[in-house]
Amino acid sequence: MSFFTSSNLDLAREIVGRYPRPRSALIPLMHLAQEQHGWVSVDAMRQIADLCGVTAAEVKGTGSFYEMFKFHPVGSYLINVCTNISCMLLGGEELLEHAQYRLGIAPGETTEDNMFTLEEVECIAACTEAPCLQVNYRYRLRVSNTDFDSLLDRIRSGAEPDLSKHGTLTNVRQQIPIDRVANIVPPEHAREMPVWLHRNEASTTQAVN
Amino acid sequence: MTDATNQGTDSSGVSVTVNGREIQAKPNELLIDACERNDTYIPRFCYHPRMTPVGMCRMCLVEVDTGRGFSLQPSCMLRVSDNMSVNTESAVTKKAQDGVLEFLLINHPLDCPICDKGGECPLQDQTMAYGPGESRFIENKRNFEKPIPISDTVYLDRERCILCDRCTRFADEVAGDALIHFMDRGAKTQVNTFPEEPFASYFSGNTVQICPVGALTAKPYRFKARPWDLQEVMSTAWVDSVGSRIKVQASRDQVLRVLGVDADPVNWGWLSDKERFAFQALNSDSRLLSPLIRRGSTLEAVGWGEVLERVADALAGVDPRRIAVIGGARLTNEAQYAWAKLAKGIIGTDHIDAQLGDGLPAEVVLGLPRASIDDACRAAGTIILCGPDPKEDLGALYLRLRHAVLHQGTTLIELTPQRTGLSDLAAHSLYPRPGTVGEVAATLVAALQDPDLHNPDFRPGSAQKQAIYAAAKDISGPVTVVLGRASLAESAAPTVEAAVALSALEGVSFLSALRRGNIHGALDAGLSPGLLPGRTTLASSAERFANVWPQVPSEVGYDSSAILSAAKAGEIDVLFLLGADPSNDYIDGELASAALANAGTVVAVDVLPNDSITAYADVVLAAAASTESAGTFTNLEGRVSICEPIVAPAGVSWPDWMIAAALADRLDSDLGLDSPASIRSELASVSAIHSALSEEVLAASPVDGVMLVGNGDIEPPRSTGVTSPLNDRYSLRLLVTRRMYDNGTMLRHCPASQGQIAALALRLNPIDFEKIGVREGATVRVESARGYLDMVVRVDAGVPAGTAAVPWGTSGTDCRHLIGVDALVTDVRVERL
Amino acid sequence: MPTNDYVAHAPGYVNNEGPKLVTKRFEYADSFTLQRFLATDGYTGLRTALTKRPVDVHNEVRGATLLGRGGAGFPAGIKWGFLPPGKYPYYLVVNGDESEPGTYKDRLLMERDPHQLIEGCLIACYALGLSQCFLYVRGEMALAQERIAQALNEAYEAGYVGRNILGSDFSVDIVLTWGAGAYIVGEETALIESLEGNRGMPRLKPPYFPAAIGLYGQPTIVNNVETLANVGWIMANSAEQYRAYGSETSPGTRMFAISGHVRRPGVYEVQHGVTTFRELIYGDNFCRGIRDGHELKTFIPGGGSAPWFFEEHLDLPLEAGPVGAAGSMLGSGAIVVMDETTDAVKAALRVVQFFARESCGKCTPCREGTRWEEQILERIVAGEGRPSDIDLLLDIADNISPGPYPVAAHHAQGLEAVPFPPKQTTICPLGPSSVAPIASTIRRFRHEYDAKITKRDPIPLRIEVLA
Ligand SMILES: Cc1cc2nc3c(=O)[nH]c(=O)nc-3n(C[C@H](O)[C@H](O)[C@H](O)COP(=O)(O)O)c2cc1C
Ligand code: SF4
Ligand code: FES
Repeated sequence: MSFFTSSNLDLAREIVGRYPRPRSALIPLMHLAQEQHGWVSVDAMRQIADLCGVTAAEVKGTGSFYEMFKFHPVGSYLINVCTNISCMLLGGEELLEHAQYRLGIAPGETTEDNMFTLEEVECIAACTEAPCLQVNYRYRLRVSNTDFDSLLDRIRSGAEPDLSKHGTLTNVRQQIPIDRVANIVPPEHAREMPVWLHRNEASTTQAVN
Repeated sequence: MTDATNQGTDSSGVSVTVNGREIQAKPNELLIDACERNDTYIPRFCYHPRMTPVGMCRMCLVEVDTGRGFSLQPSCMLRVSDNMSVNTESAVTKKAQDGVLEFLLINHPLDCPICDKGGECPLQDQTMAYGPGESRFIENKRNFEKPIPISDTVYLDRERCILCDRCTRFADEVAGDALIHFMDRGAKTQVNTFPEEPFASYFSGNTVQICPVGALTAKPYRFKARPWDLQEVMSTAWVDSVGSRIKVQASRDQVLRVLGVDADPVNWGWLSDKERFAFQALNSDSRLLSPLIRRGSTLEAVGWGEVLERVADALAGVDPRRIAVIGGARLTNEAQYAWAKLAKGIIGTDHIDAQLGDGLPAEVVLGLPRASIDDACRAAGTIILCGPDPKEDLGALYLRLRHAVLHQGTTLIELTPQRTGLSDLAAHSLYPRPGTVGEVAATLVAALQDPDLHNPDFRPGSAQKQAIYAAAKDISGPVTVVLGRASLAESAAPTVEAAVALSALEGVSFLSALRRGNIHGALDAGLSPGLLPGRTTLASSAERFANVWPQVPSEVGYDSSAILSAAKAGEIDVLFLLGADPSNDYIDGELASAALANAGTVVAVDVLPNDSITAYADVVLAAAASTESAGTFTNLEGRVSICEPIVAPAGVSWPDWMIAAALADRLDSDLGLDSPASIRSELASVSAIHSALSEEVLAASPVDGVMLVGNGDIEPPRSTGVTSPLNDRYSLRLLVTRRMYDNGTMLRHCPASQGQIAALALRLNPIDFEKIGVREGATVRVESARGYLDMVVRVDAGVPAGTAAVPWGTSGTDCRHLIGVDALVTDVRVERL
Repeated sequence: MPTNDYVAHAPGYVNNEGPKLVTKRFEYADSFTLQRFLATDGYTGLRTALTKRPVDVHNEVRGATLLGRGGAGFPAGIKWGFLPPGKYPYYLVVNGDESEPGTYKDRLLMERDPHQLIEGCLIACYALGLSQCFLYVRGEMALAQERIAQALNEAYEAGYVGRNILGSDFSVDIVLTWGAGAYIVGEETALIESLEGNRGMPRLKPPYFPAAIGLYGQPTIVNNVETLANVGWIMANSAEQYRAYGSETSPGTRMFAISGHVRRPGVYEVQHGVTTFRELIYGDNFCRGIRDGHELKTFIPGGGSAPWFFEEHLDLPLEAGPVGAAGSMLGSGAIVVMDETTDAVKAALRVVQFFARESCGKCTPCREGTRWEEQILERIVAGEGRPSDIDLLLDIADNISPGPYPVAAHHAQGLEAVPFPPKQTTICPLGPSSVAPIASTIRRFRHEYDAKITKRDPIPLRIEVLA
């Protein structure tokens, strides 16, 4: 039984094809699995192992190194509050505390309605806009307690359309048109000097359109 | 991937200053090794000389100056360079090492008193030697759920783990079974398996041996002993023919543990789990503890006097041509010689065969240029694998071949009938259909001689021929053929043809892949029809032996198949089973049973009961096991190494050689052999190839052993011209292969291998599977000219189209009813039920 | 008051006065589109490069003394020269994993001007014969990924990326890859491991210098996003013009993120090497001083890994040499300013906590040591400290990073800001980085530690679970 839907399986194969070695697609495929399912299941990892030519233990071993992969169900909205130094200086911890109070859960937990999962995270690269958070990896900056409350309300009422469902990171995917691919091959098949480097010897300049 | 073990080949040394003293290091050598060879031991946890260094534990940090001032560097990752100066004792070095040790200990449980590793734990030793008296760590230690079983034989205690990456590196890099892995990150990092996927590796036991702490423990040894209670001896693993060097450890007269020894030309310290845990069978309750005589339907214990009398009576006055011996691969070289002398020189029969119809003719094993394992593993060479899957049959050899191909760039070309454990690494896998390996090998050899081989415009014809030409193009350097019987449903003839064809390659040499324990010792001792000890034949050496032995058989005798046929026909009065179990282990089970039933007196010499004994033996002579009697072993290369006894023979069992001597005595003859050493000395005097094998030579090479060189006067095999029959398009050709765990006697009595013996199942290529139109796991009928069996079917892309693969030696039903014993190959039809 | 200020569509970016080399398109709301890029000189650097010999392109970049912006500050042109001849294929890996606390210039560059980055990559590939490029973007930066994906799709379609770029014989693929949340993957060898599908655990240098043994064991150039974002400008203009900005040893401009207790925190493009910390923190064109009614206590000059600076360092220029000599580093261009209300021990704990959580776990001293430091600091902050804890902390620090910390600073003469071999008991500098906040605060604010320990005056730890 395939874990991936048939269109995602095609996509997975396409992604594998973008790397000189299939194993390099391991993390991208875990993202794809999480996008499809919300979290990375045992079946997903087994299939990723097949697609990348590794064992399932290697998939879990690699995947579990990274924060973003969830191996258990999480809420539809993952709220990541930053408490690292810049945010801490301007109230990140207080915001997290407020979030706990509002949601009635501790970091790492999911609300009973499976709507929200709260996490305390390290610096999310918006330090000058502290305190800040991400909901499904979309920024909310300079968030006050009241901002937080209204954010929850708007999410609940569907008034935050830019927030994709959890697991979906972006709405745009790279596409490489087949006829535009330069030369993606395993390293052992690319031992020749790239052709344009020959121009170092020949002094001819080339027409560029 | 860098090669973890090979040093540079340049012979000029590199001079390095270590603690003010100048030492000579090998070029490109790792600093940690160079120091150790020069008596400066640098502590370490993660470094293992047989694996790629990872520099993870940081224990081996030393101060090094390469011209830019001293800095701390991990000596396990640093290659020596000229004028390098090293300080392993400076205050900075000591502080760094003490710091690392303290860091390792803060989260390590203090359960040494109940830990299996207690007493032989580098962490404990380091701590005792240098560690702080008192812990500065007052926080809570990390905790994990207590020991979890990660396989049938291995437990993992993650609290004890110091994350040295040895087990995980071994699994991935050495065994190729990356089934245990680091999970999570930072201080939460742990080793674990994938959920519900055990660490099912034939080599899992090695991780226990190389774990520097007690995080991995083996079930057979858990809580059994403390290291200081153990005695140990050097020995040689006896379950297959690799002859891995081992240490056998025992306490209170019981073998408790087997450890791999790093013999550079052989097993590098690694063992298959079969080699490691098979000793359990020798401790089992079913051991034969005394001689037995059949009275009615039961075997009753008797004394040696009575039993020897009984055998002598049975032999008295019988025409030697009505006496036969099957088996002998279990025995030491010394016992094999004693039995060869008893059978051929005293009784006078040449009906003696250590192979059970599943091997190769003696001239194929002994008559071709020989290769060592190191020869096969030459970096610039090519291995042609023409035989069984080494991963299933010869575990430790598999690890060596895998290393050569993966890390040294040795080229591998497979002439195996299906995918093997090495296929992922093979440059070419030709997968000849059973029966055709001789033709494929001949085409390969012809391709190499074809002037068109490197002509880019040349099209060699059929797809198969193209594949063969492509493989031929990639053959480089010296070629080693690893040669054995790939399938039990195919006669030896096609393999012989392949050997003959490949022997035409320039500079080729052959490494035998016959698998039975000491089978190579048996052939060298003459336990084969027509052979005499020392790789020679009756034809050429009968006269010479007639001077040292009371007599020599006058004509070439029967092989195992002929002996069994003769016995079935009532032509054998006394049949010795020398550690053989034809009932269960001969290709034609029905013939074996009929033969045993019709033989006059069946005398079994063995350590454990088997099917042939319980059903048919009239007399059982209880033999001492290899951990119980002294002797030597000859491995598939022809390397002789010692098996030293460590425990007393079980019950009143006797060493096999002593049984032979006592029997000779009862036959009013004198074997003239009174100890293993005296047998070795006689063997050295009668056999040219054994002549160099003095006690001194053996003692001088306690780890590597001594190689027997030369082919004696065995002529190379000749082609018999057989070619494989075509099969009709409805049939599939049967392939019967061994797996590491089968229902052989040893494994049946070994708790560690319980549950690993597979049930009968058919594996088919997806194309053939589609044609049957059933679901995977459905039961189908497999029918050959000989009979039919119903079994479960599975899809396996590793089985070539047109082939039907089933395993040998399964639990419950076995596949033997299907095999056409006398036929070159066996074709079957598969039908849905 | 200058009129320039925050740019609404690029939150955090301050469009101050001064030369704009890499942020010049930020003022346009559609700066990330191919259309806007082409309308504002986009891809002229690439076109110029393609008319030259690859080696001349390399020399131009070398001549610009473009310092790496990922933290170590190594000149890109020189690094590019380390590729061993003939060992093809070579790869380019773009480090867009930006996770250093306080840092976020790369994110803005990727979100606002992805084509500029792509152009830089293409020029590097052309100059060096790199046959494939991997753009590794931090996983949590969804918008950046979206914008880069969009830009790559446009660029492939329009013939700027892929086979026969602009009709020439130059062909290269750029593949966008997302990270998945691990700070250490910003370290270049860990990034390569991650790209190979492994746990992001750094490799030991030597032998694993990426330029020699990198992705799939092949020679690999790893550059930071901002570094490559400068390359198009250099080619479109010239090395000479580039050197007209900034200082002699640190030419061009550089992006800095100044966060914390300042009046106008933000990301600024600043002349490299000439501007001082004082101008940046107090200048009208920049952050305009400490927030009202407060005064400077300390600031971190180069991201979480850097030792902390104080009042007396304010007049140092933003240049690796002087900053290094003063005992810290410019690192990733992140300045975190703290006023007198800041609890120094608490702040140190938070930074140490970061390193403990982000340790990859490979080296014993980092894996165990950072966690231990965190546990001790937590105890001190919770009022459970012991007088011996300070010495213990310093000794643990010494066991992770022996000798005077930071060695980098002591060796930082000239451009080679990360000295080899470093004095650290670990493989990479993450573990040793955890020492920075501890050493800095114990040295300067020891009384705060003492007060917590002797008075047992706890700041309550955060409430973890709520009823
Ligand atoms: C712990 C650690 C984290 C790092 N994180 C980043 C990062 O997030 N982004 C980055 O560009 N470089 C980072 N670096 C530096 C890279 O290893 C590398 O030096 C850099 O990407 C090279 O690019 P450059 O020469 O263009 O600066 C980090 C280094 C270390 C030791
Ligand atoms: S110092 Fe820390 S992060 Fe760096 S390699 Fe070692 S354990 Fe990993
Ligand atoms: S033995 Fe060298 S780091 Fe572990």
